[in-house]
Amino acid sequence: MIAEIGLAALWLAAALAVLQMVSGAFALKAAEGEVNPLAIYARPAAVVQAFLAVLAFALLLWAFAITDLSIKLVASNSHSMKPLVYKLTGTWGNHEGSMLLWVGVLAASGGLLAAFERRLPERTMGATLAVQGFVALGFYAFLLLSSNPFERLPVPAMEGTGLNPLLQDIGLAIHPPTLYAGYVGLSVAFSLAMGALLTNQVNPAFARVLRPWVLGAWVLLTFGIAAGSYWAYYELGWGGWWFWDPVENASLMPWLAATALMHSVSVLAARDALRTWTIMLGVLAFSMSMLGTFLVRSGVLTSVHAFAVDPERGAFILVLLLLYIGGAFTIFALRAGAVAEGKRFSFSSREGALVFNNVMLSAILAIVLLGTLYPLVTEAFDVRVSVGPPYFNPASAIFAVPMFLVMAVGPLLRWKEDKPARIQFEMLMLAAVLIAVIAVTAMVGDYPFLPLLGLGLAAALALASFLPLRGRKLARVPLATWGMVLAHFGVAVSLFGMACEGAFSQERLAAVAPGGTEQVGDFSFTLQSVTPVAGPNWTALEARIAVSRDGGEPVILVPQARNFWSPQQSTSESALLTRWDGQLYAVLGNQAADGRWQIRMWWKPFVTFIWYGALLISLGGILAIVGRVRVDVKRRHASEVGEERRADLAALGAAAPVPAE
Amino acid sequence: MIRAVLAFLAALLAMPLTAQDAMPPAPYAYNQLDDPRLEAEATALMHTLRCLKCQSQSIADSDAPMAGDMRHQVRSRILAGESPDQIRSWLIARYGDYVSYNPTVSATTWPLFAIPVVLILIVGAVLARRLGKRRSDAADGEPT
Repeated sequence: MIAEIGLAALWLAAALAVLQMVSGAFALKAAEGEVNPLAIYARPAAVVQAFLAVLAFALLLWAFAITDLSIKLVASNSHSMKPLVYKLTGTWGNHEGSMLLWVGVLAASGGLLAAFERRLPERTMGATLAVQGFVALGFYAFLLLSSNPFERLPVPAMEGTGLNPLLQDIGLAIHPPTLYAGYVGLSVAFSLAMGALLTNQVNPAFARVLRPWVLGAWVLLTFGIAAGSYWAYYELGWGGWWFWDPVENASLMPWLAATALMHSVSVLAARDALRTWTIMLGVLAFSMSMLGTFLVRSGVLTSVHAFAVDPERGAFILVLLLLYIGGAFTIFALRAGAVAEGKRFSFSSREGALVFNNVMLSAILAIVLLGTLYPLVTEAFDVRVSVGPPYFNPASAIFAVPMFLVMAVGPLLRWKEDKPARIQFEMLMLAAVLIAVIAVTAMVGDYPFLPLLGLGLAAALALASFLPLRGRKLARVPLATWGMVLAHFGVAVSLFGMACEGAFSQERLAAVAPGGTEQVGDFSFTLQSVTPVAGPNWTALEARIAVSRDGGEPVILVPQARNFWSPQQSTSESALLTRWDGQLYAVLGNQAADGRWQIRMWWKPFVTFIWYGALLISLGGILAIVGRVRVDVKRRHASEVGEERRADLAALGAAAPVPAE
Repeated sequence: MIRAVLAFLAALLAMPLTAQDAMPPAPYAYNQLDDPRLEAEATALMHTLRCLKCQSQSIADSDAPMAGDMRHQVRSRILAGESPDQIRSWLIARYGDYVSYNPTVSATTWPLFAIPVVLILIVGAVLARRLGKRRSDAADGEPT
């Protein structure tokens, strides 16, 4: 029954999406200040739909938890012997399940918007919900017509096939859900942008409604990408943390667009400028989310992440993609002229710096898009080319370096118009730090150019991120400003980690006999023993490696070479030794014919700062949300109190004349 | 029926493993060169070569036997005194452009270089239009 209820819930949700779409569209036909009688169903439809979609997902989760082998999806992706946590996370470790999660989050965010957002005019809200329903409908259709997660087997399987062992990791519990929530949170930004565009309501009030959604989606994306990067780093066993793999790029592109959108929304909310920019970035951000979903889910790529391949589905998502992106940009082209440009500003102003960096972010996005799609395009013509780090790194640096420089000074500028001479001292100081760090590092050793530049920029940015606090009473600085400071500092920390990893990593590959000792960086390591061990659904060879830094107290690392039996696959479980100034990364390889073991060791100075930085960025985003929401609530409370007083006064005023008579 | 299919799938997945274990890896597949300068050169090169049997991984990041063989080729050729560029062109001649992650301007890859140049021009134009000195207020400087 579980599967049938789930399927029924999905069909009902799809029907409600139609209702939401139609009813929302009727709101547009209402006259100013009136409510169309057919428009009142949009909100309840969105809320109930959210409930049904989440219910469907919960039912699939339940089917995986009890390993219901009569359901095709469970039988082909799970196994009764798997630990419970991987049974649950396995729900979205496959095509149908992850699309159901996607749709569930989409419906849930639509439901939240419908239930709690009361600030927008009803017409705008109706248009927004209609767009949200339209988007949801397409993905319900995709799920129900071409990737039904609840399909039954004619005869229940005796045992499941199991889950790809690379995915049997706690990373699968964190990375896809947060990333999807971020991806799909941008759908609300998309719908709101379309709603505001259709009803000509692109103004600061709209921006204040949009902002928490953009910030929230952006925080989730940041966190999800960082979690995925760390997962790939420790799970794949070769110490790389970013491969410019098409699937990684698919998550980076919405992040770049969302970063630009977030800054643009802030300008719109604070200054009533950049109206059409904000709308365009809102459309772009969700378009990139859908493109990412298409790339990952359609099977056009084959990569470490692509665990679903089915060409028919690709065509379906491609049609959806063209419909939504094409439709949105057509409406944008038709309506953008009607949106007034908003307030003007000069080049040397805070808005000017933000526009500059938004253009840079968009350009980086274009480079990533080009490098990701170009090999796919040529492959269609039977020409195979590879585009990798040697292309992406310098090509994106062309735009990233000016962006970091402007990012350092932008927050110091005043709104609307400013004289660069006013912040002369700060600019000179930052330039001195930048040049000094690069010069000193270049003198110490022979390092590649980009990491060197990264180190200098990181130092200058770290300093610059705190400069906006100079001369202010710290207790009175708004929470959102603290958020900005923290997020910008996080960028510097991340950049520092990346540059250090690129410049100073040390590698040692060696065949070691038990008892043998080798050296990497300041560490000497001794292979003590290699013994077989067994887990719930795997067996492994486990090495005990004693590691000591500069002859100090030894620490034992236990990397494993695991063999899973369902599905049959081997993985290497790296062992990490984390110190404040870096990580030692150990992997056990094969045994050579002479009985020695292959050991791979890396010392990666400050590599952890990449993810610490990402956490700081996310935390900055959270502070900004909390700060903004608090101010909003305070303002709403104040205006309520004000209105009450006014009403009281009016009542008194009306009552007062009576005794006077 | 379904069990037969599942068994077949399991067998299919198991096949590469047995192939992998059949032969010992070449000497320099998992061993570094003694000269740290040469090893650094080799590592830098290996990170820009695609493992042809894997999915989006460089030969420096892969346990596939073919990646091991290619690492051996790279290290032994570096040791023999060849330059990284020579080795890269040798590998491209043997396996095609696909093996190199570092595309160079050619008949098939020129858009990868032309488009960024166009992009720089577009960025310049957008910034000039949006942020440059305003001559007329009538123009709606909307970048696309």
